[in-house]
Amino acid sequence: MSVSEKIVADFVANGIEFVTTVPCKQLGGVIDAVEKEPSIYHIPSNKEDEGMGLCAGAFMGGKRPAIIMQNTAIGVTVNTLVTLTQFYRMPLPMLISYRGELKEPVACQVEMAVHTKALLNQLNIPTYHFHKLGDEEELDAILKYTFMCNKPVAILTDATFWGGY
Amino acid sequence: MIRSEIIRDIAPILRDQLVVCNIGLPSQELHMIDDQASNFYMLGTMGLSSSIGLGVALAQDKTVISIDGDGSVLTNFGTLPTIANNVADNFILLIIDNGSYGSTGDQPTYAGGKTSLAAVAKACGCETVVECQAEETGAVLKAAIESQKMTVIVSKCESGNIKVPVITKDPVVIRDRFMTEIARRNG
Repeated sequence: MSVSEKIVADFVANGIEFVTTVPCKQLGGVIDAVEKEPSIYHIPSNKEDEGMGLCAGAFMGGKRPAIIMQNTAIGVTVNTLVTLTQFYRMPLPMLISYRGELKEPVACQVEMAVHTKALLNQLNIPTYHFHKLGDEEELDAILKYTFMCNKPVAILTDATFWGGY
Repeated sequence: MIRSEIIRDIAPILRDQLVVCNIGLPSQELHMIDDQASNFYMLGTMGLSSSIGLGVALAQDKTVISIDGDGSVLTNFGTLPTIANNVADNFILLIIDNGSYGSTGDQPTYAGGKTSLAAVAKACGCETVVECQAEETGAVLKAAIESQKMTVIVSKCESGNIKVPVITKDPVVIRDRFMTEIARRNG
């Protein structure tokens, strides 16, 4: 089983049935695995705040959601995270590609990377960082934690974890 | 007719459905006119009424009506292709189009200018799009519910506001009673 397939298997084992995605090269394998998983409704969104709205609705309708996006999305979604997900106390696992870290070829990505953890910290969002292969072993516990505490939780996955570009 | 008059007019239809209501005055008006456990009031997050409503519709079977505004749809234009490509026949998007940002002082929107939201929705691939006048909203909404086809309604009305109190209910209470009501109706 590939890492991408294992991540999606953890989603399924934790009852996640509604996943929205905004495209990312690094998370392409996970997005493909989500699309192939018959127990998950995969709904691509055009912008991450829209995706968080969809996830909020799905949760209230009785389905556990998740969002897959790049760290640039943290810059886009601060208002939604604060006034929707956190204010109404809703769970949201956020699987995030941590662009702009070691092995990054595109300088502009670094500009958002340097703010990513600071913003998540400022928003009091529990944050986990997958840096080495094997770190994904914690995903099952992170998902259980997310749905236990009804909070958005960030899982940053960097280029070293994914084996470079 | 202004928005609050439309909401007063359609309140008896709304109470039998699940409703996601737009931020600001629309939620405050619905809350004052006919508060129901089946109403989800947005207290913040401009633009996401249609996205939240579509999410609820895709997750369960009962009809969901998202009450949105022209300004809010303009804020989250990406929602229309998502709606078009993820057909939920239990979803109705009711855009009350008064051509202005009502909650912030009636500044004009582009929907009140050259932009037709009905034409945009159609271009995005939404198959059933009905533009109507404010007075027709109730009849059009009833027909959309009965059709069991995903429908986008653009109700053209006049700009203007009434005085309404802000919603002081705790957001977690609003969310919890909405979820409990959804579970009960799907029970």
